[in-house]
Amino acid sequence: MLFEEKIPEKLIGSDGLRLDGRKLDELRPIKFEVGVLSQADGSAYVEHGKNKIIAAVYGPRELHPKHLALQDRALLRCLYRMATFSVSERKSPAPSRREAELSMIITQALQPAIFLEYYPRTSIDVYIEIIEADGGTRCASINAASLALADAGIPLRDLVAACAVGKADGQIILDLNDLEDKYGEADMPMAMLYRRGDVTLLQMDGQFTIEEFNKALELGKTGISKIYQLQRDALRNKYLSIRDEVADESEVKVEITKEVEENE
Amino acid sequence: MSEVYKIVSEIERNQIIAKIAKGKRLDGRSLDEYRPIKIETGIVSKADGSAKVELGDTKVIVGVKVELGAPFPDTPDEGVITLGAELLPMAFPTFEPGPPNFDAIELARVVDRGIRHSDIIDRKQLCIIPGKKVWILFVDIYVLDSDGNLFDASSMAALAALKNLRLPDVKVTGEDVELIKDSMKPIPLKGKLAAVTIAKVGDYLIVDPDSSEERIMDGRITVAFNEEGKICAIQKGGESSFRYQEIQKAIILANKSSEKIFSELSKVM
Repeated sequence: MLFEEKIPEKLIGSDGLRLDGRKLDELRPIKFEVGVLSQADGSAYVEHGKNKIIAAVYGPRELHPKHLALQDRALLRCLYRMATFSVSERKSPAPSRREAELSMIITQALQPAIFLEYYPRTSIDVYIEIIEADGGTRCASINAASLALADAGIPLRDLVAACAVGKADGQIILDLNDLEDKYGEADMPMAMLYRRGDVTLLQMDGQFTIEEFNKALELGKTGISKIYQLQRDALRNKYLSIRDEVADESEVKVEITKEVEENE
Repeated sequence: MSEVYKIVSEIERNQIIAKIAKGKRLDGRSLDEYRPIKIETGIVSKADGSAKVELGDTKVIVGVKVELGAPFPDTPDEGVITLGAELLPMAFPTFEPGPPNFDAIELARVVDRGIRHSDIIDRKQLCIIPGKKVWILFVDIYVLDSDGNLFDASSMAALAALKNLRLPDVKVTGEDVELIKDSMKPIPLKGKLAAVTIAKVGDYLIVDPDSSEERIMDGRITVAFNEEGKICAIQKGGESSFRYQEIQKAIILANKSSEKIFSELSKVM
């Protein structure tokens, strides 16, 4: 980091807006894109505020090393990694303890959604790369990974949607950015199979009263419902564009016929 | 490449070779045709310089981070440029997580040699106090999607990211170095660099192989040119040999394709 970051005096202004101009219960702008990679079985790209994340899925496929195989279901393995240039201070390319922990909790957040019992003795590998980080990467990673799993055609009970809630300047806020995460009073990332009401990720650091916790939990659920809808839209959009392509099928058929004749 | 990488179905191999014999390729290109190139710069705001290159379906991101540090003892008046490459496991079915393997190290070294020997960057300009303080540039290549020809795509991305790099002015008092805010400037680059990879498939040479062609190729040769058309670096790879005349032919083919790369780079440089 070339220049020291300025520590903000206040996270919420006198107008009741946050430093980036958001209301307390407002999400950052979110963009989801599905099927962004050519080699992976499924993939998704997410821009969540300044976060830029790619997730890719391979599998179900043969598991290596074999001794890890589960006889009654597939093994889900998620790997969360940050690019060296994704954060202010260059991150060492060596794996960190933080990356190891996040890989594990992301695995646990996604696992309940997948019908792993359909694919015994195989592995489903989810690779997550943080291209740019700005607070809330674990939640954005879960959102992207769950879309990539759906894109890979892996049967899911539901999409997993995730969002953080927290507290800054004594107020409960939705979807913390980097500064709010660092200098706020509490941070609570959560993930849900929204339609089923199952919570698959819940972490917290900082301090909440029980009333504040309940309020935060409710606000988190509202945020998750919005993200869930955006995820569904992103998946639907992919198939809408495929439908448009199929509409030109007649032209493609002519080309294929030509090629076959050429080869003969 | 691992052994699994080399397994190609008989039908795919035959189809690719039959097409090449007719002067065409599976994706419709001619033998000396490069895939479409798309270059974007400044895509990561937390990086000091960044670029993304799409070469067909191949996607590579390069980010540059800078630090102040000590120079190497044998070059006390020169800055340091460190190149690293990661073949992300998301990029290809047989890429595995873990420290860089031979392929990733070769990729980083070939890109490094091209940049180093084309004299694009004057390392002396990266020196602040000789023997004590210089700029250290970490240029990290991330392969996101591997559909062949990572050498060329990574070289383009590294160069575009270096062009996008901004460094602050410095004020030196004795041995203290103060960085001046709001004085970010690009570093001067002398000209451009184009790395072109040619694959040998049987008796044929093809430009810019995709991943299915790389799986069946006998060998490859990467040639880096500067803008004057001088050769700055060469790397032959693969298990098979090239015949003497094939080398000469490959250099001519590569030189021809370098023009397309230069014109794409000109759009962002």
